[in-house]
Amino acid sequence: MECMIAKPSKGAAGKTGLWRTFKPIYHPERCNLCQLCWLYCPENVIDVSEDGITIDYEYCKGCGICAKICVKNAIEMVREEET
Amino acid sequence: MRKILTGNYAVAEAVKLADVEFIAAYPITPQTTIVERLAEMVERGELNAEFVRVESEHSALAAVYGASAGGLRAFTATSSHGLLYMYEMCWWVANSRLPVVMAVVTRTIGPPWNIHTEHTDILTLRDTGWIIAMSENAQEALDLTLLGFKIAEQVNLPFAIGLDGFQVSHTAEVVDVPESLDGFLPKRERFFVIEPGNPITVGGLTENECSMTIRKEMAKDMERVGELVRNSGYVRDYDLVEEYRMEDAEYVVISMGAWCGDMKDAIDILREKGVQIGMLRLRFVRPFPKEFVEKLDCKVLVVDRNYSVGLGGIIATEVKSIANCDVHGIVAGLGGVDVGVDDFVSMFRKFVRGELKGWWP
Repeated sequence: MECMIAKPSKGAAGKTGLWRTFKPIYHPERCNLCQLCWLYCPENVIDVSEDGITIDYEYCKGCGICAKICVKNAIEMVREEET
Repeated sequence: MRKILTGNYAVAEAVKLADVEFIAAYPITPQTTIVERLAEMVERGELNAEFVRVESEHSALAAVYGASAGGLRAFTATSSHGLLYMYEMCWWVANSRLPVVMAVVTRTIGPPWNIHTEHTDILTLRDTGWIIAMSENAQEALDLTLLGFKIAEQVNLPFAIGLDGFQVSHTAEVVDVPESLDGFLPKRERFFVIEPGNPITVGGLTENECSMTIRKEMAKDMERVGELVRNSGYVRDYDLVEEYRMEDAEYVVISMGAWCGDMKDAIDILREKGVQIGMLRLRFVRPFPKEFVEKLDCKVLVVDRNYSVGLGGIIATEVKSIANCDVHGIVAGLGGVDVGVDDFVSMFRKFVRGELKGWWP
């Protein structure tokens, strides 16, 4: 039953960033590094450093939870074809 | 040690002997007294198991699923509508290869509400991948429960033991309860390990081929069950079937469950009158005892206490797909309608004369 057991690994389901309709765009000037987006991201694609956050667009599915949770409106969801 | 026990209490004794570590169940007649007795055993400290009370049968088997996946020896019991309510989880347990043992006290599925025995409920497990055994009496209910843990853990498939509602579940008989198991049931070995710090997901979305592989692997392990039952090392010998007065039989009755005791009485009566009749009692439905049916060379009567609307008795249909001789199926005793020794004598007589129809009465 090996095929039925999954171990956590990066991109186990392929490049899920391709599923995205809306892309989270980061505005560092508004960010206060509260890290709520990092905490809430269901895909674990947000990295935080002293300089701000980075989003791994190869695996971000564009769910928008980070933008919704951000109190400083530092993440904006933009339609893919408009970015 | 010989004790007077109902079938349900015999199952509870077996669960205690097996040192089961986790029990979750929801009450339903006629199963309730199994888990009632187990709750008492846990309360008195005779059985060191976690007893989880749940709000439904679906939750009961879901909890048992989790416990078994985590490595515990786990048990549940149900009947009829309870089994149907947990049906989805039955498939999860089977395909996840969890050696759960469950007693199914057979009961008619409604409507109309009916608490008496019929085998259609346990036969809904037929295609799931559970090993399915059917006891004739309290002794066998105890033995098959113990055998259940042994076999389930050897092949990593869940095991269901059927007991006819009231006829086995609530009828007290003398039962020989083993004093100890002498290493018959060693500590369970896990097929896969779920533990903190080493997370895995079982059964997530995957490629289509995996679904097919899983079922093929299950089929292969199911095929080992017959041999393992015959060589289990249990205090009593068992096989997938019981052959009763089969020597020189020209007529053979195939059936399962409690009423086979009455059928044997009827066979004895007819044997005294010179009718060469015997019985092949199915102790297991899955794996189906194909090798015993294939070699039959006589006229076969299958008596089904179950019914698949639109085709016929379920066991008769299966026997017909395997047997190399004439098979006649009859449906009887649905809804717990009483069928006794006299009925079987006259049923078998009509069968021998070739006058039997498809329903009794």
